[in-house]
Amino acid sequence: MKVLVPVKRVVDYNVKVRVKSDQTGVDIANVKMSMNPFDEIAVEEAIRLKEKGLATEVIAISCGPVACQETLRTAMAIGADRSILVQTDVELQPLAVAKILKSIAEKETPDLIILGKQAIDDDANQTGQMLAALLGWPQATFASKVEVADGFATVTREVDGGLEIIKIKLPAIITTDLRLNEPRYVTLPNIMKAKKKQLDNVTPESLGVDPAPRLSILKVTEPPARSAGIIVPDVAALVDKLKNEAKVV
Amino acid sequence: MSVLVIAEHDNAHVKSATLNVIAAALKINPEVHVLVAGAGAGLADVAAQIAACEGVKKVLLADAPSLADGLAENLAQQVLNMASGHSHILFPSTASGKNVAPRVAAMLDVAQISDIIAIEDADTFQRPIYAGNAIATVKSSDAVKVITVRTTAFDALANQGGSGVVESVSAVAAGILSNFVSRELATSDRPELAGARMVVSGGRGMGSAENFKVLNPLADKLGAALGASRAAVDAGYAPNDWQVGQTGKIVAPQLYVAVGISGAIQHLAGMKDSKVIVAINKDAEAPIFGVADYGLVADLFEAVPEITKQL
Repeated sequence: MKVLVPVKRVVDYNVKVRVKSDQTGVDIANVKMSMNPFDEIAVEEAIRLKEKGLATEVIAISCGPVACQETLRTAMAIGADRSILVQTDVELQPLAVAKILKSIAEKETPDLIILGKQAIDDDANQTGQMLAALLGWPQATFASKVEVADGFATVTREVDGGLEIIKIKLPAIITTDLRLNEPRYVTLPNIMKAKKKQLDNVTPESLGVDPAPRLSILKVTEPPARSAGIIVPDVAALVDKLKNEAKVV
Repeated sequence: MSVLVIAEHDNAHVKSATLNVIAAALKINPEVHVLVAGAGAGLADVAAQIAACEGVKKVLLADAPSLADGLAENLAQQVLNMASGHSHILFPSTASGKNVAPRVAAMLDVAQISDIIAIEDADTFQRPIYAGNAIATVKSSDAVKVITVRTTAFDALANQGGSGVVESVSAVAAGILSNFVSRELATSDRPELAGARMVVSGGRGMGSAENFKVLNPLADKLGAALGASRAAVDAGYAPNDWQVGQTGKIVAPQLYVAVGISGAIQHLAGMKDSKVIVAINKDAEAPIFGVADYGLVADLFEAVPEITKQL
């Protein structure tokens, strides 16, 4: 069973981004970049399937500028066997990424594609579902447990108010939620090994995909700030404020 | 052209998120149609409840076993069958809406616009990015706009005063690729987190799942829903569906009480639109105090029972 894992290079989880003064976007120059945390969970899950003897090959894919190679090397240090960079400097939106991934999926014919449920930069939460639709495959989003057997995946999903279990026929799309697993730390020997693994370069055009964005971003602005509040000295003062000033209790 | 809203329900009751989405739809176009897709004896009642909502012109009722459990493959196909004649298709930004909307958009070969918080005109919308640290204004040139709506950004409409008609539509056949197995929903007398008027949330400072229970009497007294930070969920102190933040639920209650929560940006993303925020933390430097209306620097295990007593 071959598994594809798309990974996105995003501004690191711990960075608080600043909006550019000309309102064209956020300033990501000289900011620490990392693999999207949900994608890291996706890579980990694929590697665990391989370690259980269920997956035979894990292929990481990243779409974007040449720097995404770093993200692919990280995926290979976690354990991916090889990787593909779909290189472009065009601003990619989820539909374009889904079309690129569809084209790769048709060439690689995987049984499973595992993606993060959302990227922490654009917070779109779309690519996996779109890819499933384009391929005509079933999907199990927001997965917290995955079991693969006999050509099916049984997936526990995080839904509002609890959990849901569905059984989907492979080939299929799974998107990861927080509790699916805890990604391993990459070790130095594995980072060294990853440098020797195969990394292929393609472009959206060579895959026959027009990556042009469909949504135009008119401006990016700061959210309205909350005005600073006060520190109350004790519980009695807090209860008094809630009753008499805020009038919420 | 009209706006199509995809209702969220449990085959017996309308979920309140639906009313927020109808409110958003009415800002685009007064001609609002609502798709109720599901199965079972209670479904007609769901359709009737929605038809009675202010502003709803028509309810499309699709009743079949294929739609009973909200499987994405079947529901997306049903929505696609209904898409013609609609300029906008709106879903709530809930687990179910987020599961299905992108699938519909891809099948229509259009972009999907996630989590809108404001409507500037029929093509232009505002949405948060980077955990709400920036707001993007985006314009769509697609023929059909497929959108998920952040429900806390639009006040729910009255669920009365409407006189929509209910029209039965043919339902899709069940797909063979996916099957529903089971569902385990937490049963609780507390209000639903996403729509609650009061929320009491605990963070890593709670220390353990056992200690988390110190919040129960306070939540009981306030009639509040319980929430948690991602750190508390990661540590196993609270279930994942309590998670408030960028990757969990977005809440905007009248009162949000953050207990033992430091205030990571990912958590603030989920609660900073609350009307009144109270923070209780023993670390006076915790970032949560930067957004709190009232901060109390104290040991939570002493402060929380004391507040419960004094309220």
